[in-house]
Amino acid sequence: MSTTVTRPATSGRAPAAPRRRPRTFGRRAGRATTYLALVLASLVTLVPLVVIAMASLKTGAEFRAEGPFDPPRTWLNPDNFVRAFTDGKMLRAFGNTAIILVVSVAGTVLIGSMVAYAIDRFRFRMRGAVLGAFLLAALVPGVTTQVATFQVVERLGVFNSMAAPILLFTGTDIVSIYIFLQFMRSIPHDLDEAATLEGANRFTIYWRIILPLLKPAIATVVIVKGVAIYNEFYIPFLYMSSRELGVISTSLFRFQGPFSAEWEVISAGVVIVILPTLVVFLLLQRWFYNGMTAGAVK
Amino acid sequence: MPLTQTPRAGWRGSRIAHAFPRNLTPWLFLLVPLALLALFTYVPVGTMLYYSLTDWDGLRRNADFVGLENYVEIFTRPELFEVFLVSLYYFGASFVQIALALYFATVLSFKVRFANLFKGILFFPYLVNGVAIGFVFLYFFRPDGVLDTVLALLGGEGLTRQWLGDPAAVNYSLAGVSVWRYTGLNFVLFLGAIQSIPGERYEAAELDGANRWQQFRYIILPGIRPVLGLMFILAVSGALSVFEIPYIMTGGANGSETFVIQTINTRFKFNDFGLASAMAVVLLGIVLLVTWVQRRLVPEERES
Repeated sequence: MSTTVTRPATSGRAPAAPRRRPRTFGRRAGRATTYLALVLASLVTLVPLVVIAMASLKTGAEFRAEGPFDPPRTWLNPDNFVRAFTDGKMLRAFGNTAIILVVSVAGTVLIGSMVAYAIDRFRFRMRGAVLGAFLLAALVPGVTTQVATFQVVERLGVFNSMAAPILLFTGTDIVSIYIFLQFMRSIPHDLDEAATLEGANRFTIYWRIILPLLKPAIATVVIVKGVAIYNEFYIPFLYMSSRELGVISTSLFRFQGPFSAEWEVISAGVVIVILPTLVVFLLLQRWFYNGMTAGAVK
Repeated sequence: MPLTQTPRAGWRGSRIAHAFPRNLTPWLFLLVPLALLALFTYVPVGTMLYYSLTDWDGLRRNADFVGLENYVEIFTRPELFEVFLVSLYYFGASFVQIALALYFATVLSFKVRFANLFKGILFFPYLVNGVAIGFVFLYFFRPDGVLDTVLALLGGEGLTRQWLGDPAAVNYSLAGVSVWRYTGLNFVLFLGAIQSIPGERYEAAELDGANRWQQFRYIILPGIRPVLGLMFILAVSGALSVFEIPYIMTGGANGSETFVIQTINTRFKFNDFGLASAMAVVLLGIVLLVTWVQRRLVPEERES
């Protein structure tokens, strides 16, 4: 099946609202069941996160004396956050994550759009084979090939450097290529041809015309890829073992040892990691839904 | 994912002379992407295939050819084979996931108050960092933790057990985390499919006096068939390649080891590169096979 990336509509609901029917007892019971199910599902989703947030605000003594549902004595207790942030080396982790994220996302956008441009706007021998090679790669589960990717990374001499995850994130992303391909098909050829008549070469066309027109697709890829990189655990864990190169996931993972007896500090670390995701999600909700639908249906 | 493409009707290449041969230009755009693709996908797969036939430990200079010995070992050593059974818990969980996601997507595609709020809440877990999820649920399952407290409130104290320590419970707990994490993704995919069904169909059905169930049965269900097919692939390959959550939460202890954790440990802990490669090849083979079967059963709509 195919999906297209479009600018999110302002009304997110397609089906027309059914006309009101007379309210019978059965219909009311049905509606009540619906809301009950929705509220229950929301509780199951939110409770594990809310109790962690509460734990992060308790002092050590409070935490040990109380149950998980007892509210913290004060809702303004920064101590655990300060400790998690400083002892957990989270500032450096955010810095490392930011560098890797920005470079990888930029690389992904360039690579993906170049492939889509070459495949959609040119007719050349082996074109089908090239497209097939990219699409087939989408079926290979990333985590399995790590046993052998490790050799490649070592041979390249980038083991234990930021270059390793950057190369892997940039070089193994088929989803974004697919998103760009889908979107590229909807850009009319007249513009390319007009520019060609003006004397622009293919590189100018790609850089000056195609890339700017791909903006909605680029936004989608940036979001999907950005979240994926921010959350990636195993690649940095495997290829950047030195502590100075800790990213968000690996730094949080290392809380297990030193803070194992201090759940209130671990909880604060968890909250620090989740908050940026929550803020970005609230700001860009519609783009997320679009992106996930476009990205998952490879 | 359409693997076929029909050439665009009315395609006209530009007839303007270029600085260098026309047929070279696309390759300049493809040079770096193809190099990266080869380096990080096809070279590793090739290496895996090759070393799966050897007894290399990843360290020595030379590798001895052992034929299919590694593959025989995977399917004859019970402790290597048993991890496949762990996948069944996650496979079962993905059906729970799909059912929940479909129910909520259907409900929220009709008029519901606070629809956007519910949608956001249900989807959010999918975006949360995996390590953070690991800690959230370590806290949730710890003795006298969140789950035990909830059970005590509901009068089910007798049910309390070592959720992550008891081999009889650990995989249910971890599969539950997986449901919590991924239901939102399935839900959003279903929602997208349902909302791409033209609204007129509902209106026509309403006029004909179809009730909610009939609308679901005759309008929604046919509309989401392609997405359902995709989800079964994701369910199978997902269940086989479970890694992050059990690795972070239990490290594969107490009978929670999955096939991928075992593969990774075989490679990096026990340095048996040959055997680990064979495992990775088996997993890749299963995933490709399932995808192929699904494609044969559900013909793709051709793209125009």
